[in-house]
Amino acid sequence: MSLWEYANPVRFLALSSRVLPVFWGLAALCLVSGLIWGFFFTPNADKFESTVKIIYLHVPSAMMAINVWVMMLVASLIWLVRRHHVSALAAKAAAPVGVVMTLIALFTGAIWGQPMWGTWWAWDPRLTSFLILFLFYLGYIALWEAIEDPDTAADLTSVLCLVGSVFAVLSRYAVNFWNQGLHQGASLSLDKEENVADVYYFPLLVCIAGFVFLFLALVLYRTGTEIRLRRTRALQAREVRA
Amino acid sequence: MPDLGKYADAVLSAYGVSSLLLLLLVVFTLRKGRAARAALEAVEKRKNPSG
Repeated sequence: MSLWEYANPVRFLALSSRVLPVFWGLAALCLVSGLIWGFFFTPNADKFESTVKIIYLHVPSAMMAINVWVMMLVASLIWLVRRHHVSALAAKAAAPVGVVMTLIALFTGAIWGQPMWGTWWAWDPRLTSFLILFLFYLGYIALWEAIEDPDTAADLTSVLCLVGSVFAVLSRYAVNFWNQGLHQGASLSLDKEENVADVYYFPLLVCIAGFVFLFLALVLYRTGTEIRLRRTRALQAREVRA
Repeated sequence: MPDLGKYADAVLSAYGVSSLLLLLLVVFTLRKGRAARAALEAVEKRKNPSG
């Protein structure tokens, strides 16, 4: 069995109908339990006081904002190299999810920044690269909508995705590239010393798992929708020609 | 309810707006999915009325 078999829309839909209930269930379980754990059962921090509870939304959404773009990049490259329609449609399906994740990261960041830094917004390297990533998401969706021919739209949006990847990487590593600005370094790292304290770390991991499962469920479902819409348009075009 | 102190508004609005955005995303996704499924079924029925 090869991964490329799922480039066949029928096989993809069959697989997604089997795994979707599991992903929806795991997303709900992890999000509800992680957020309740973090909100109700973790203490306020010395420096951040109760605003530390925003970490359970801010960090997972920011991680997903970047990783959704990376997934779109991989899907776009598969489209450009192998011309599998499902991969182009998966990239298209993921973009609105990325917009919402980036919006949540920007919004919760602003709400967190105001009491901690005394400002809602600063032209800090990480904040600015995230804002540009958000604009890239909007531009990507607008480009899909603006081009009538789906293959041309997939080609051009794939190129846009490659260009936008620079900002996805910058969003992740801006703090390291420019050792300046208000934003702190990563809250999670393979180096345990850099991680947040264990009392915040474990509920945070559960929330991240919840965001990942929610993303998987949404992208599989939305890709199925895009496949059906494409099939409907093809059948309607055949009806018109007949 | 945990003691959120003077930052209660900030924390609660972060949770409220984020939950609303995620909920809207899920609702719109499911609505669009159902509409697409119905549209495809209608076209396939027209194409093959007996099936």
